[in-house]
Amino acid sequence: MSTTVTEPASLRLVYFAWVRERIGLTDETVTPPPGTATIADLVRWLKTRGEGYELAFENEAIVRAAIDQTHAKPATTITGAREIAFFPPMTGG
Amino acid sequence: MTPLVRIQREDFDIGAEIAALTAGNPNIGAVVSFAGLCRDESGRLAALELEHYPGMAEAEIARVATEAAERWPLFGLLAIHRFGLIKPGEQIVLVIAASSHRREAFEAADFLMDYLKTRAPFWKREHLADGTLGGWVEAKADDDDSAKRWEQAP
Repeated sequence: MSTTVTEPASLRLVYFAWVRERIGLTDETVTPPPGTATIADLVRWLKTRGEGYELAFENEAIVRAAIDQTHAKPATTITGAREIAFFPPMTGG
Repeated sequence: MTPLVRIQREDFDIGAEIAALTAGNPNIGAVVSFAGLCRDESGRLAALELEHYPGMAEAEIARVATEAAERWPLFGLLAIHRFGLIKPGEQIVLVIAASSHRREAFEAADFLMDYLKTRAPFWKREHLADGTLGGWVEAKADDDDSAKRWEQAP
């Protein structure tokens, strides 16, 4: 067990489509509280940050996430992540 | 064979892209192309606006295209996806696969389109014919089902 106390890492969040519209931001830099280990933890914390976030994540199962531009699941760990994106199911093609 | 992936606002010329992909390789005996166009939904739409995640859009399509290139013996594979405002009748997406025989080219193009639809970070928003802004297009369960077909062993 390491006893080193690390500074809370700052994280860039980016939002797309109706997730972006509901939150009211295209991107922001945040410092999640200690213990924020997974995408699901991050969403739980974001939902406490205001109505827009609550609305964006009202149906958590629908919103998708990517860590450093690779698709991620709610249980995926965010350790070492630089950029996390949240967006609706994709409708390209 | 490294797949070619382009994300761009500009339109593309299917004939020119086929010519460029197949030039100088007489082993190619089959070329399959798929183009997706913007529909007007029986007059309801003025345009579709395509938002994308720059960087990840290229990376994710490249990942899917690399899977296709590993799965089928191809001589060329290209995907182009546009973003921005696209009017009915205009082209949105292009996939071209080139191989010795038709089966590989058909299947690789089909596979790439199926996964591109469910994995590439693009979102369509409707602009309505009456000049107002419509809603975001919802993802279809059909598209997930189409992509799942490829999970069974070939």
